[in-house]
Amino acid sequence: MKDILLKVDNIIKRFDNNTVLNGISFDVHKGEVIVVVGPSGCGKSTLLRCINALEPIQGGSITLEGETINPADKNLTALRQKVGMVFQSYDLFPHLSVLRNITIAPEKVQKRNPKEVEKEALALLERVGLRDRANSFPRELSGGQKQRVAIVRALCMNPDLLLFDEVTAALDPEMVREVLDVMLNLAASGRTMIIVTHEMQFAKAIADRVIFLDAGQIVEEGDPISFFEHPQTDRAQKFLNTFEFESVKNHEK
Amino acid sequence: MRIDVIVRYLPLFKKAALLTLKLGIIGIIFAILIGLICALIQYYKVPIIRHLVAVYIELSRNTPLLIQLFFIYYGLPKIGISTNAEICGIAGLAFLGGSYMAEAFRSGLEAVPDIQVESAYSLGMSPMQTAFYIILPQAISTSMPPFMANVIFLLKETSVFSAISLMDLMFTAKDLIGLYYKTTESLFLLVVFYLIILLPVSLLGSYIERRLRYAGFGS
Amino acid sequence: MPDLGLDVLLKGKNLARLLGGLGVAMRISMIAVVISIPLGIILGALMTWKNPVIKAILRVYLEVIRIMPQMVLLFLFYFGTTRAFGIDISGEMASIVVFTLWGTAEMSDLVRGALIAIPVHQYESAEALGFNRMQTYRYIIIPQTVRRLIPLSINLITRMIKTTSLILMIGVVEVLKVGQQIIEANRMVSPNAAFGIYLAIFMLYFFACWPISMLARYLENRWRV
Repeated sequence: MKDILLKVDNIIKRFDNNTVLNGISFDVHKGEVIVVVGPSGCGKSTLLRCINALEPIQGGSITLEGETINPADKNLTALRQKVGMVFQSYDLFPHLSVLRNITIAPEKVQKRNPKEVEKEALALLERVGLRDRANSFPRELSGGQKQRVAIVRALCMNPDLLLFDEVTAALDPEMVREVLDVMLNLAASGRTMIIVTHEMQFAKAIADRVIFLDAGQIVEEGDPISFFEHPQTDRAQKFLNTFEFESVKNHEK
Repeated sequence: MRIDVIVRYLPLFKKAALLTLKLGIIGIIFAILIGLICALIQYYKVPIIRHLVAVYIELSRNTPLLIQLFFIYYGLPKIGISTNAEICGIAGLAFLGGSYMAEAFRSGLEAVPDIQVESAYSLGMSPMQTAFYIILPQAISTSMPPFMANVIFLLKETSVFSAISLMDLMFTAKDLIGLYYKTTESLFLLVVFYLIILLPVSLLGSYIERRLRYAGFGS
Repeated sequence: MPDLGLDVLLKGKNLARLLGGLGVAMRISMIAVVISIPLGIILGALMTWKNPVIKAILRVYLEVIRIMPQMVLLFLFYFGTTRAFGIDISGEMASIVVFTLWGTAEMSDLVRGALIAIPVHQYESAEALGFNRMQTYRYIIIPQTVRRLIPLSINLITRMIKTTSLILMIGVVEVLKVGQQIIEANRMVSPNAAFGIYLAIFMLYFFACWPISMLARYLENRWRV
């Protein structure tokens, strides 16, 4: 087994009296792709936000390469540089060009050489097929293009871990594929990723391990084949059935 | 209306307009500073101070500049705070304008979506870097239309400076009407000089508003 | 404790006189508001018409009134009418006319803004439901416009009240003038009266405008679309 990169240990997250995450534990190894699935409101997005210290936790601990992630920590920005995150809504900075969106954090936060960063940014844009849009502004891009830029922006920080929070949920159907393809490529090149998604076919294709979350707890965990083909719990079965129903209708056409 | 009268009084009005402009610009600069500080205090919810800021904004927005000036110029010296009329004029304009600018900047700050802040944090930016590179540039451009409206409003408000015997455009016009009955010429010059001051600012304001509306970066 | 001149306020009928002075300012602003609001609504609605001549005329009126400081407008009207037409109108009359002209311009702009802010699809979905033009306005457009408009017009009232402080400058006896008279009369016994009186006037204006502003803000939050 490879080294453990991220260790989530028994975390508790409450909003007022509402417990959203109730004792979640799992490890992420280097190069592993974890897909988190579950019904709306099960706490998937909150889990990612906790890992990126956007939300304080009320119990348990999250450690990245042995260092504890704590929103009150002074070293927070150092830790966050190791974790890249892409959100559901297009979160590009609207006042900056595509290229500047990508280069501003490496330059200002990591204090890297601007020329070098720009070269890297352009190479990454090339890889996602957006080299010619470097000088465009976010408003001139389609939703799928924006999400690809958001992924490049996270990549350019050279993070150890990438978090994807339902990045295709707000996209028009025909744009979903171009974003998922970028993520498949990343997985193939050995990136460590945690992905929250509703695209079950994609989850099956990309995951090393699937975590099924319901009501703030891990209900089932396992490799994609056994999870999708033979779910062990009733709740997972029920959840997967909601997707199955749709595909049955499609077959009848 | 006699041209020679106009020509004779032109220098007087020019001098008065320069005074109006000088006091107006200095007052507005202070108003911007006060407004920016107040808006940031409210946006970052600084404890205690933000309540003081709220009280100041209500007091300033719900009273007329003329009354504020009377209090500063005639009232405050009685408790030992006295300066000259120019400083009173600037102080009054800054006191009034600070709250208007604060509201403009605050609406701009609040219009920046939370996700922008979170994205900046998740890229490892510190709160200072986030404020500097992400929040402020967006907030400032969305607050430009109300900002320009405030600049025009404050320049217009300088017309009450004559009440504390500052020799501005109103004072000069009133003087010439009262002393020499040059009513038509005085009123004509008054309007012309205010147009010279206000028209360019107003045109700039509508230009900026159009640009932001049609080429805004809103996604 | 230094003499702040607050005692002058309580002497004789001084406070009542100040309130009377404020009453003059309030009366002028109320008359102007009551005339400006209906006029502004009519002009604002006309501005959304496609007739280019009407549009141009209203535009010029709006821009001319709005670019000039209200003080300049007061001077133009007060001194200008005497000069041009030989009519000697009172300061109070001049202020009512000027504030009405100004208030109408401001109100019409608010109305125009509220009307054009209604998205086209609101008209289209009303039509799709089979409403005729009158019904569309009656049930769909006007209720939405009114909600946007009421807080803004309430704010216009406080702006009007604040602006009435200017009528001192054309010789109308209002609260500041009364204040000056009281200070003058008590010059010997209470040399610091200026502090107390002007503070009192400041607070009088504040308590006249503040509740109205609060109401406007309350309605704005409640009706936010």
